[in-house]
Amino acid sequence: MKEEDFNENEYIEQLRAAGTNVVVGKLDDLINWGRSNSLWPLTFATSCCGIEFMSAGAARFDMARFGFEVARASPRQADVIVVAGTIVHKMAPVLKRLYDQMAEPKYVVAMGGCAISGGPFKNSYHVLKGVEEIIPVDVYVPGCPPKPEAFFYGMMQLQRKIKAEQYFGVVNRKEAKPTKTQTEKK
Amino acid sequence: MGNIKEKIGSFLPEAVFEEGQYITVSVPADKVHALALYLRDDADLRFDYLANLTGMDWGESLGVIYHLNSTTYNHWVIVKTSTTDKENPLLYSVGDVWATALINEREIHDFYGIRFINNPDMRHIFLRNDWKGFPFRKDYDTNPEINPIPLESDEYLDIAPCVKETDNGKIEESLNTIFEKDDYVINIGPQHPATHGVLHFRVALDGEIIKKVDPNCGYIHRGIEKMCESLTYPQTLHLTDRLDYLSAHNNRHALCLCIEDALQVEVPERAKYIRTMMDELMRISSHLLFWSTCCMDLGALTAFFYGFRDREKILDIFEETCGARMTMNYNTIGGVMADIHPNFQKRVKELIAYLPKALKEYHTVFTGNVIAQQRMKGIGYLTKEDAISYSVTGPSGRASGWTCDVRKRTPYGVYDKVDFKEIIRTEGDAFARYMVRMDEIMESVHILEQLVDNIPEGDYAVKMKPIIKLPEGTYFRQVEACRGAFGVLIESKGEKYPYRVKFSSPGLALVNVVDLLSRKNKIADLISIGASLDYVVPDIDR
Ligand code: SF4
Repeated sequence: MKEEDFNENEYIEQLRAAGTNVVVGKLDDLINWGRSNSLWPLTFATSCCGIEFMSAGAARFDMARFGFEVARASPRQADVIVVAGTIVHKMAPVLKRLYDQMAEPKYVVAMGGCAISGGPFKNSYHVLKGVEEIIPVDVYVPGCPPKPEAFFYGMMQLQRKIKAEQYFGVVNRKEAKPTKTQTEKK
Repeated sequence: MGNIKEKIGSFLPEAVFEEGQYITVSVPADKVHALALYLRDDADLRFDYLANLTGMDWGESLGVIYHLNSTTYNHWVIVKTSTTDKENPLLYSVGDVWATALINEREIHDFYGIRFINNPDMRHIFLRNDWKGFPFRKDYDTNPEINPIPLESDEYLDIAPCVKETDNGKIEESLNTIFEKDDYVINIGPQHPATHGVLHFRVALDGEIIKKVDPNCGYIHRGIEKMCESLTYPQTLHLTDRLDYLSAHNNRHALCLCIEDALQVEVPERAKYIRTMMDELMRISSHLLFWSTCCMDLGALTAFFYGFRDREKILDIFEETCGARMTMNYNTIGGVMADIHPNFQKRVKELIAYLPKALKEYHTVFTGNVIAQQRMKGIGYLTKEDAISYSVTGPSGRASGWTCDVRKRTPYGVYDKVDFKEIIRTEGDAFARYMVRMDEIMESVHILEQLVDNIPEGDYAVKMKPIIKLPEGTYFRQVEACRGAFGVLIESKGEKYPYRVKFSSPGLALVNVVDLLSRKNKIADLISIGASLDYVVPDIDR
């Protein structure tokens, strides 16, 4: 991917450009700079995509370059959950609970076709058509499985998203984002 | 072959024989158990290995198919039985004859609702307790509103319902205690870094000592077999890569072989060579990943980086030729998808030159380490008899002294043309399983060495029609995947869709044996045992 393409959706930064107080804006920048460069992922993987997630952590691709390497086994210490793999009915409550156990601010990356839409297993009786049905997703990384480079691209998009967040001045907490099922019910 | 037929015929006059790939015999449900004992124990038959147990819905009846093999004579027989009672289907368990049947029967109970008399545990294993309907039956209603996405965790049952036959032949419902009221039960998984995926163990402890392990699967049950029933044969192929993604080529090879067998297609020699080489590359990459994760589980994190570093070399080879690092989708019916990349041979030779040095380093770094040895030696002992009874194949079975390598027993590809050793150890502990895998890497290198310069010229695939119809019948084929014998069963009714596809994975047998291996060991040893068995969870759950 070329450098120019990488910058094309600049609207994320533009979202914040209007009406930010200089002092708190700077404070925000500082905090977000720190947060976006130390995203701790949860070690969570259900299937094939999880192996590519592990490859991304190993020597060749080296997640540590971006500050993602501190994989945590406990959701309470993690900032981002990378849903790597198919989520099935029996797993759904477990994933939901893991997400609920994470402390705010928290982010979700849907890695691979399965986590996005059910992927190759869309027609199965036991597979969720995307994790969006139970938890809100911040970044989608398509692929089956996505290459580690693609995964990094997705994580860098998440970093940009974090950099545009307002921590001070507005509200201190993110509002709970609705999931697909909740929206449909309304 | 006639001998088997005669013997069964004289033992059980009501047995009905059919023609097929192997001798096939249909028997009434109440005679199955007696026949099973006879087949296993008769000196000329010795069917001691239950290779596959498949549930079936034949429309007007529900039933099961047993694929039996003899480890002594390597002959096969297929036993079928069925019941027409669809409201309350009952068949007899053969769990006391072949222990692997216990978990397979639970699977069939989940999918077809058939209950097995005398199986002590008829709880759900893959599906939730509140699941409505039996998804593999042909009349299953797929309406998602019947089984909506649950948001509450499932309830775990400590008391298992079961059906028993009393001494005077009466059949009654009964209960069987899995965990006592005052057992101290802890949960490991489904989200736990050392279970290698989403597997759930419930472990009863006495202090630090394990009293019992109750595996709970299904957290990645994707219903692949059911999906195959509405896909055309070429479409079913791509799902096999995602079963055990670390044996992607091997699994797909099995399905292709099974279909080619049924169609009686002869694959070009070149394709056979390429397939065999790909299988062995896959095996090396899988065993390297085993080494990385096994060491990581035992606390040696550096090994993880070493193993993944070297595995990347193989993934590069795959990427050049197949276009993907994982889920390669390379084998196809009648050959392979594309010819090998011009760099292929060069890269493989580089790998062959590199790996022996790397392995030496691995052994220096980890194998000789006192902590590693103490955590693996003498832990999780599996006897040869148990390995066969539980159908523990692959490196884990060979570490117990069972010569179960499908590449040797029923050669496919070009395995009959190469010279390689079947690595056998007799200690049966975690360390033996570890060492078998490490030595197998060297054997795979050895196989590659013999093939890399001898790939014959020619076509890499025979042209197939886009719509493939298999002649009516039941077909079964096994290959040696990285974790053991991987079997594919296809039942065809002569249409372009299979009537039933069953993947008999090595993983399910491995999970079944965890309880046996870890009893009386310490809780920390469960990690070594799990690591040394090297199961892949989507392969268990399918
Ligand atoms: S998206 Fe593809 S590689 Fe990833 S979990 Fe699903 S099937 Fe496996």
